Amino acid sequence: MEKTWEEMSADEKQEAQFQKLLTPKDPEGNDIQFQSPEAAAAYKASITRIKDAVQLKKTPDRVPVALLPSMFPFINAGMTVQEAMYDYDKAVAAFRKFILEFKPDLHIGAAQAGPGKFYEILDYKLYSWPGHGVAPEHSYQCNEREYMKPEEYDLLITDPSFYFRNFYLPRVFGALEGFTMLPPLTGILEIYGVAFNFIPYALPPVQNTFKALFEAGAEALKWAMAIGGSNAELSSLGFPNILGGFTKAPFDTIGDTLRGTRGIMVDMYRQPEKLLKAMEALVPIMIGMGIGSAQQTGNPQIFIPLHKGADGFLSDDQFKTFYWPTLKAVIEGLIEGGCIPFPALEGHWDSRLEVIQDVPKGKTMWMVDQSDMAKVKETLGKNACLMGNVPSSLLQLATPDEVKTYCRNLIDTAGKDGGFIMMNGAFFDEAKPENIKAMVDVTREFGVY
Amino acid sequence: MAGELGKLLSDLKEAEALDLVKQALAEGADPMELLGQAREGINTVGERFENGTYFIPDLVYSGEILKEIVKLLEPHLGQDKNVKSNRLGPVVVGTVAGDIHDIGKDMVVFMLDISGYEVVDLGIDVPAQKFVEAVKETGSKVVGLSGFLTLAFDSMKETIDAIKSAGLGEDIKIMIGGGQIDDQVRRYTGADAYGRDAMQAVKLTQGWIGG
Repeated sequence: MEKTWEEMSADEKQEAQFQKLLTPKDPEGNDIQFQSPEAAAAYKASITRIKDAVQLKKTPDRVPVALLPSMFPFINAGMTVQEAMYDYDKAVAAFRKFILEFKPDLHIGAAQAGPGKFYEILDYKLYSWPGHGVAPEHSYQCNEREYMKPEEYDLLITDPSFYFRNFYLPRVFGALEGFTMLPPLTGILEIYGVAFNFIPYALPPVQNTFKALFEAGAEALKWAMAIGGSNAELSSLGFPNILGGFTKAPFDTIGDTLRGTRGIMVDMYRQPEKLLKAMEALVPIMIGMGIGSAQQTGNPQIFIPLHKGADGFLSDDQFKTFYWPTLKAVIEGLIEGGCIPFPALEGHWDSRLEVIQDVPKGKTMWMVDQSDMAKVKETLGKNACLMGNVPSSLLQLATPDEVKTYCRNLIDTAGKDGGFIMMNGAFFDEAKPENIKAMVDVTREFGVY
Repeated sequence: MAGELGKLLSDLKEAEALDLVKQALAEGADPMELLGQAREGINTVGERFENGTYFIPDLVYSGEILKEIVKLLEPHLGQDKNVKSNRLGPVVVGTVAGDIHDIGKDMVVFMLDISGYEVVDLGIDVPAQKFVEAVKETGSKVVGLSGFLTLAFDSMKETIDAIKSAGLGEDIKIMIGGGQIDDQVRRYTGADAYGRDAMQAVKLTQGWIGG
């Protein structure tokens, strides 16, 4: 009898996920019909190549090549970032053109621009975006503040969802002000007094918040249908996207958008116990966030952008105490749940390699930005698939020949015996198209094992 | 008691440092003397950062402790509170046009400040012309441009072109830094140097104008 999902080991779950990827589905859950036998073969070859690169059991037929742009496809198509954020059809058309032009083995979809109107409806304050604080041709940027106050750790630790709804969300979305008036859901227990819990929903600020939510939900769905349709179409043309969702290292969750860089650093001294406890409370939530979205999308790869663990931000001891333990727990939890964690080492991580190499073998894929790739290969690369390391500066400013030389060197070092996917090291807005092409071409030519 | 406050601050002992300040003030100590000690402590923090004992959280925290100390001292400082010791510089620093990231820039400002330089912080999303005006007004010989995004490459180039074509003299040195900045970007923008962290900004500045 076939094992149920719960009965499977992490190995079996990962294998099952890859098998599922070989028969991709559209957003309605139907099997995707490939547009040609060549597209079906290319799709299958890419998935197999990526699977071999990730599992480290077998050397792939060649080094896979992935492209993870930020706003480049839109800018390259002559659009402003503002247009891409507000005209979903135009954005996915530009993304489709980008994929068909450069033909990567792997992409992560056209979600990067995001729905501008949705942000407007909710009065999103966490970011400035084109027309709302930055110029039409520029990308959105984070407004770092202390959205969580230093004295609020106990609230976060006790009930993270209540804290998010009643405190954090109304601070980052102006339209969610009504949430501050809602009682905890856990007060709804039995008939006596149950109705008291619902009185706030009669109040105009709460009703306005819900009206905004309905409107925002409709806009998000409209956007997601455009993106989902585009992903399905690209799959049918032979270009897979295996991104299933995203989650974060608990230290970054608190340090990026709750307490902010300055806030979390001061907390490491003023209230280290509370910070540690809050990060531990976030571990199951961060794991659930990844597994939940993987189940929703049917894709196993869970992106984890890593920020404040980079070289220089923390001392070795601080990294080992505050950053790594809860990140490691999140990575392991995702693997147990059948996901493929996809952490991105943004910036330089050379001093962390000895520590972070301690991950289960053949279960993760790491986006490497500017770390020394030879060193990464000798450490983390023994246990994990590496991707990236082609610098933004090279893609934007160098000649195609310089790009090819850099990539050939990567194939020789990082690509040795498999476990490597050629890719840009950081999400890019601007690049010379001929340099992207050079990166893909040189991999197809010299990346064959 | 001489140097005790500096030591507590440089060892990041916040509660003890603040207690010492309160007690010393109650006993009639000279607030300027205490401020001087605090400055010495911050200098030690800078040295420890430079030699790799301290990291960014330690810098940030020392800055927070200093802020608390100054809060206690301020009511006692009278008119002297704006007295500045002999500072080098000024160094003009800002995040270039189109980019609103401030963390890296703030680190550079902080490190230059505690290293004895007067810093003119122009903030974020700073147009090229504003840098030119600031250099003209202050007679600054060192300019630091920060940028996190790839769009900053062009903004940096435009800013450097603007400074160079404004006839402000050949001897102005320009350094750049930020997420994706490397030597390739330095060559493209025409900057004199780039730095990977805030300490390198201090070293470059020392090399150019001493200190």
